[in-house]
Amino acid sequence: MIGKPLGISVLAILILTLSALGIAFTPLSFLLTALLPYAAFAVFIGGFVYRVVNWAKAPVPFRITTTCGQQTSLPWIKNNSLESPADVWGVIGRMALEVFLFRSLFRNTDVAIVGKRPVYGSAKWLWFFGLLFHWSLLIIVLRHLRFFIEPITPWINGLSAVDGFFEIGVPTLYLSDGALLLGLTFLFLRRLVVPQLRYISLVTDYFALLLLLGIVTTGLLMRHFFPADLIQIKNMALGWITFVPAMPKEVGPVFYIHLCFVFTLLAWFPFSKLMHMGGIFLSPTRNLANDNRMRRHLNPWNAPVKVHTYEEYEDEFREKMKLAGLPLEKE
Amino acid sequence: MADAKTPKPDELIAIRYTPPETPWMETPTVFRPGTWSYSGNVKSLTALGLPNPRAWQPSDADWKLPENWQSIILEGMKERLEKYRSFRLFMELCVRCGACADKCHFYIGSGDPKNMPVLRAELLRSVYRRYFTESGRRFGKLAGARDLTVDVLKEWFYYFYQCTECRRCSVFCPYGIDQAEITMMGRELLNLVGCNINWVTEPAANCFRTGNHLGIQPGGVKDMLEFMADDIADRTGVRVEVPLNKKGAEILFVTPSGDYFADPGTYTCMGYMMLFHEIGLNYTFSTYASEGGNFGLFTSSEMIKRLNAKLYAEAKRLGVKWILGGECGHMWRVIHQYMDTMNGPADFLEEPVSPITGTPFVNARSTKMVHIAEFTSDLIRNGKLKLDPSRNDHLRVTFHDSCNPARAMGLFEEPRFIISHACNHFHEMAEDTIREKTLCCGGGAGLGNDENMEMRMRGGMPRAMAVKQVKEKHGVNRLACMCAIDRATLTSLMDYWVPGVTVTGVHELLANALIMKREKNRTTDLRGEPIEGKAADETL
Repeated sequence: MIGKPLGISVLAILILTLSALGIAFTPLSFLLTALLPYAAFAVFIGGFVYRVVNWAKAPVPFRITTTCGQQTSLPWIKNNSLESPADVWGVIGRMALEVFLFRSLFRNTDVAIVGKRPVYGSAKWLWFFGLLFHWSLLIIVLRHLRFFIEPITPWINGLSAVDGFFEIGVPTLYLSDGALLLGLTFLFLRRLVVPQLRYISLVTDYFALLLLLGIVTTGLLMRHFFPADLIQIKNMALGWITFVPAMPKEVGPVFYIHLCFVFTLLAWFPFSKLMHMGGIFLSPTRNLANDNRMRRHLNPWNAPVKVHTYEEYEDEFREKMKLAGLPLEKE
Repeated sequence: MADAKTPKPDELIAIRYTPPETPWMETPTVFRPGTWSYSGNVKSLTALGLPNPRAWQPSDADWKLPENWQSIILEGMKERLEKYRSFRLFMELCVRCGACADKCHFYIGSGDPKNMPVLRAELLRSVYRRYFTESGRRFGKLAGARDLTVDVLKEWFYYFYQCTECRRCSVFCPYGIDQAEITMMGRELLNLVGCNINWVTEPAANCFRTGNHLGIQPGGVKDMLEFMADDIADRTGVRVEVPLNKKGAEILFVTPSGDYFADPGTYTCMGYMMLFHEIGLNYTFSTYASEGGNFGLFTSSEMIKRLNAKLYAEAKRLGVKWILGGECGHMWRVIHQYMDTMNGPADFLEEPVSPITGTPFVNARSTKMVHIAEFTSDLIRNGKLKLDPSRNDHLRVTFHDSCNPARAMGLFEEPRFIISHACNHFHEMAEDTIREKTLCCGGGAGLGNDENMEMRMRGGMPRAMAVKQVKEKHGVNRLACMCAIDRATLTSLMDYWVPGVTVTGVHELLANALIMKREKNRTTDLRGEPIEGKAADETL
């Protein structure tokens, strides 16, 4: 079974690749360049919004903040406003640390039994490569905006210039491309090599990584080995956003595979675990202040329950209470 | 019934972290003696009006489930998915990065992959996917989905009662997924078909009727407190008062019943009484609200509310200004994160102000309940207590952060401030094992029973080993904590893994050091053990 989820994921990627190739050399390529972009994008936006709204619609009955630092209590005890925020500014700070720097993952440790006791070691690799992957992906997505904007705004050019600062090779290797490949490879190998991770991995876990690896590989191939006609591609992209889709000519099969992977990612995204992108903002253990005893939190479905009143209690134990000399409401 | 023999520490520490050959969905759950808890008894379930009271045990083949148990569970899931954003999110958000895997003390101590928080959650998620997602309905196992069968239900029971809801995993999760929340949902669902454990349902039933987990009746509470007052008089020469159900008191004091029932909690309780006497606090205990702990937390949110309601009701009846709470772990999870929402607003109480120092406890201005560590550290800070820390010189102390005050309150500095003023020898355990990363006692959330001993020793092993380290390095012989469950479970844990270390509450240490007006020359601590330097004088 360990190989099965991986095998199925590889198979899915192969089928996607073959379909892309199949489309590339037939008139069906019209589908890929003129219809699917809209369909995939619509599914992505619609699905994303649907999922987030669906989460947001569910109430948060209790304020269940996980506190990772000193609470706000007495004035002379310094509280940790980022790990145990008592107000909205602290929460914003905490969330920013979480979203931009993966604060919680930075805490990661590993454990081994050494000399008959557990020993905890620092294990920042997951944090490092996770961060590397996510930030590079963001930069690459932003860089791709140059295909959709004419004239290209200076900040995109600036970003590309910084990204290609070291001018390795012709055309310049973007650092983010290398970093993304590195990050994804680490995450993928980790899943294969670490027995516990292999044990918990589902098809979707491998598929997500393989799909992204497919996108970055085809992208790199186009840039460095099988150059695609960028003018054609830009015309096509501009055609999309002006709603006059143009059929590109001679862009090569790699481009079709790249495109096919990207559309698959977009369409699959809202139904997959990748929705953690939206979900992280809603996580009640992180996005609520630790001000429970300062401000009352309301539960919209708070309903009356059956309680045992003092009167019932005294009725049962009146004689015993009298005997013990305890004060009574009714003698 | 299970006849559990706990393996020796040397055998138990031989833990393998390699997962089994079979995939987890095909690995059957074995109810090995020593690793599970007895079922809730008919009497308790009936008293609480819980569904399906019957005689059964988890080791039985037939659990005597209601005929339509599947639809009950699935309806229950649906209802909770609509009521809790946390549940809905945590069913869908996980990417299985595995950061939580080796953070769970039960996984560290057992190597059983289903004790990895991620997999414990998948036990429930797989069923969620099968019945509540399109991909799960369509692709089944390929999408990580599976049918809800009796074996799955048994697996839930085994592993949701192998989680102490300590929330350590949620500290490390990049999305803050809280396994405690998932376990709580899992247990609520199990409760719908009458699958619960006696160590939870009996205390809950007792608490509902008599006011406390142990079922102590009003006279019993009084006797115990007076017995402690006698002990205090014996040790210190000071006679302290025992205010009970006193109308017109300024403060209602609520503590877990474990504090006045058994050692070493009783010494902590004596500590409270000595402190309150010394500062002249106008307070009262209550027999009706004689329990701070709340085993509803381990049953359902409805049960939390039912048991917690007494606190405000009694405060109102007695006409106190505000409530002070003793040293307890899960009690404070309930008070800090649930009480005001469930049973508030407490508009009949006043915003808490210390009558001794005048300090307003602004952090408790809505709930109107103050933690004793906040109260006492304010007293020390304002110089209201005379302390002689050398009276604790026979003790080398370390401090265990209890999971709930740590990760549901952020109460870290207050107890340390008290300990460092009450003791001269205080040594912290390793950084990865304290504060927000604190490890569990292994017996919280209702698991602290004898039949579950092997699992407790496994789950508590990481904590125990951190104590062992400071014992070897600094000669630590006393483990301080602020939780009644800890005081009971850590005692067995220390006996098993680190013999020679005993367990104490923070206010026991404080009371040892507290110089009282008109006290006699104190030669022993509250336990009657000689104070260093003092006992020698006496023999001269």
